[in-house]
Amino acid sequence: MNTLSETAPQPARSNGRVALFALSIALGMLGLGYASVPLYRIFCQVTGLNGTTQRVDAAQANAVAVTDKQMSIRFDANTAPGLAWDFKPENPTETVTIGARDMATFLAKNNSDKPITGTATFNVTPTQAGVYFSKVQCFCFTEQTLQPGEEVRMPVLFYVDPAIIDDPDTSDIEQITLSYTFYESKKG
Amino acid sequence: MMATTATPETLPVHDDHAHAHDDHGAPPFFQRWFMSTNHKDIGTLYLIFAIMAGVIGGAVSGIMRAELAAPGIQYLGWWTTFLGGDGANFDETLHLWNVLISAHGLIMVFFMVMPAVIGGFGNWFVPIMIGAPDMAFPRMNNISFWLTFFAFISLMTSAFMPGGTGMGAGTGWTVYAPLSTYGSPGPAVDFAIFSLHLAGAASIMGAINFITTIFNMRAPGMTLHKMPLFVWSVLVTAFLLLLALPVLAAAITMLLTDRNFGTTFFDPAGGGDPILYQHLFWFFGHPEVYIMILPGFGIISQIVSTFSRKPVFGYLGMAYAMVAIGVVGFIVWAHHMYTVGLSVNEKMYFTAATMVIAVPTGIKIFSWIATMWGGSLEFKSPMWWALGFIFLFTVGGVTGVVLANGGIDDNLHDTYYVVAHFHYVLSLGAVTALFAGWWYWFPKMFGKMHSEFLAKLQFVVFFIGVNTLFFPMHFLGMQGMPRRYPDYTPAFELWNKVATDGYMIMSVSIAIFFVNVFWSLAAGKKAAPNYWGEGATTLEWTLTSPPPFHQFETLPVIDDKATGGH
Repeated sequence: MNTLSETAPQPARSNGRVALFALSIALGMLGLGYASVPLYRIFCQVTGLNGTTQRVDAAQANAVAVTDKQMSIRFDANTAPGLAWDFKPENPTETVTIGARDMATFLAKNNSDKPITGTATFNVTPTQAGVYFSKVQCFCFTEQTLQPGEEVRMPVLFYVDPAIIDDPDTSDIEQITLSYTFYESKKG
Repeated sequence: MMATTATPETLPVHDDHAHAHDDHGAPPFFQRWFMSTNHKDIGTLYLIFAIMAGVIGGAVSGIMRAELAAPGIQYLGWWTTFLGGDGANFDETLHLWNVLISAHGLIMVFFMVMPAVIGGFGNWFVPIMIGAPDMAFPRMNNISFWLTFFAFISLMTSAFMPGGTGMGAGTGWTVYAPLSTYGSPGPAVDFAIFSLHLAGAASIMGAINFITTIFNMRAPGMTLHKMPLFVWSVLVTAFLLLLALPVLAAAITMLLTDRNFGTTFFDPAGGGDPILYQHLFWFFGHPEVYIMILPGFGIISQIVSTFSRKPVFGYLGMAYAMVAIGVVGFIVWAHHMYTVGLSVNEKMYFTAATMVIAVPTGIKIFSWIATMWGGSLEFKSPMWWALGFIFLFTVGGVTGVVLANGGIDDNLHDTYYVVAHFHYVLSLGAVTALFAGWWYWFPKMFGKMHSEFLAKLQFVVFFIGVNTLFFPMHFLGMQGMPRRYPDYTPAFELWNKVATDGYMIMSVSIAIFFVNVFWSLAAGKKAAPNYWGEGATTLEWTLTSPPPFHQFETLPVIDDKATGGH
């Protein structure tokens, strides 16, 4: 029968160190959970995931070659429940040339008797077109404040990236729907 | 290569231990059970707690199955009134349904399966199997248990708080935003979230305890590659807990601040995205299903080896298959979210990654079969349960491969096919493993032999019951019956009626379980140290039944040569 003698060597690592190591893994994962919020936003912006559209400046837009292909764009406008705004596109659809800049106009009206600040979320469907849908200017980049009864015309300046034609996942797309939903702005 | 540990002859037998150290005996009742630092007592507390939570969670599913036995709303109004609500308000009765499905899921996952396999069997047998006197942090062990207990109280309390449309948290166990944020005003969901915080903190502390115990407190000679597979399974589970639960904690804390403090993590109005909650939840949720099943794998390995009188076939493969399942389990989460609008490429990735899990899982199934092959088989009650586990888990695994396909899942998502699938792997898989472990170790834990006849009878009734209950759900799901509704078109009536009959058969098996437990405790024969005979080779069989209050005050030495070497 073998038994351990009193003078047996202690484990190389103390219990406290192993526990601390394990605790640091847990805290690291907790931090990663929170880090995922900005990471997820960046990931969507970069990859166009969930139909996230791209934001470009005028110089980038000027560098794009205009093609001879056409694409139909459908505009969709919604308001969150409880937001007393009328919100609609001026034209429900437009046909644009791929690579060429186009301006679409949305109309918004505040039906309430107090000023309301709204912010719009946006995406495109089919979602895989998001990475090729580039906006130069958009009312959705900033918050919009409407006075009681005020009606505004809000422009979106955009183009469809010609690379959409060569991507096998998007080459068969004939129409892209650009959708906006206005929410009453929350400071968050 | 030795798969188990050592033969009893090489180890000190501690028959006389309790007598030799009277000063180390059990403390008085209150100190022993309410201030316990003893891993076996805490394990027993966890098991009692899990059984009680299981009865409550099972009763909730009984109400659900009764309601679903026929189309229309039959019983929900009565239950709404019974629980203090307004049974005449139809919306409130429907809200009760949401509360019931949420409670059933949360109770069974966090307060039945996890406390039983990790807190119960893990606490009881991990220290013994590695030759340790106790857990590394006995007092933290006590905190873990009582946090779990109060987490359960918090969840139960939520049922009597306003939760929006009615009383209680009706968010599903997934607590998806926005239903769980501005969709459910009132404190009920806050209490449910608080319950998850407490249970999560308890599990993380438990995981730290297990990792430290297994890394630092193995007896001399007990190398990692000699540890019994149950210990391996708890080690992998502990790491999964450590990596997954903090992500859930982050997600539900964000829910809490979205609900109460005006943040907009999951609210588009402030630039948030509710889909992000689903990603975070399932990054936790998928490893969570392995957290529930891996210790079951460990239990089944011990039992199959014992009753085949052979070391487990491919011991290292079995251990690292569990590691592989744990690792791959972290990169497949979006297969729970195929219908949120993932692109084709994302679906292809998650389909392929999910199917990869079938490989290590297959290694485990085939290794259990190979262990039995050519073994000296003995069909004692735990072996019946273990064989039942292998069959039922395989059925659930096969439907899992079907659901892994993004294209097929578009049709089956949130139907009863999914309900059938995860009940086959969890309700029938994990619970069957629990009963297998229970009857394998019951005499060891409590010192009294159970009735083999009743344990086998319970298995037969349970097996018939759960298959009658859950197999028809595959048909219902294929026909398009959605989950989470209290009512359905009359076309689905036949198989729903059959499923409810199955529930009643299953509940008889639970009655047999309790008869067996109480009869055995009252009148069972005294259990010998190693009542399963020569096939049972792990360290718990070298101790008395029940083991002394403190075991291994002199550490056993695991001598590879003395075992004859494998």
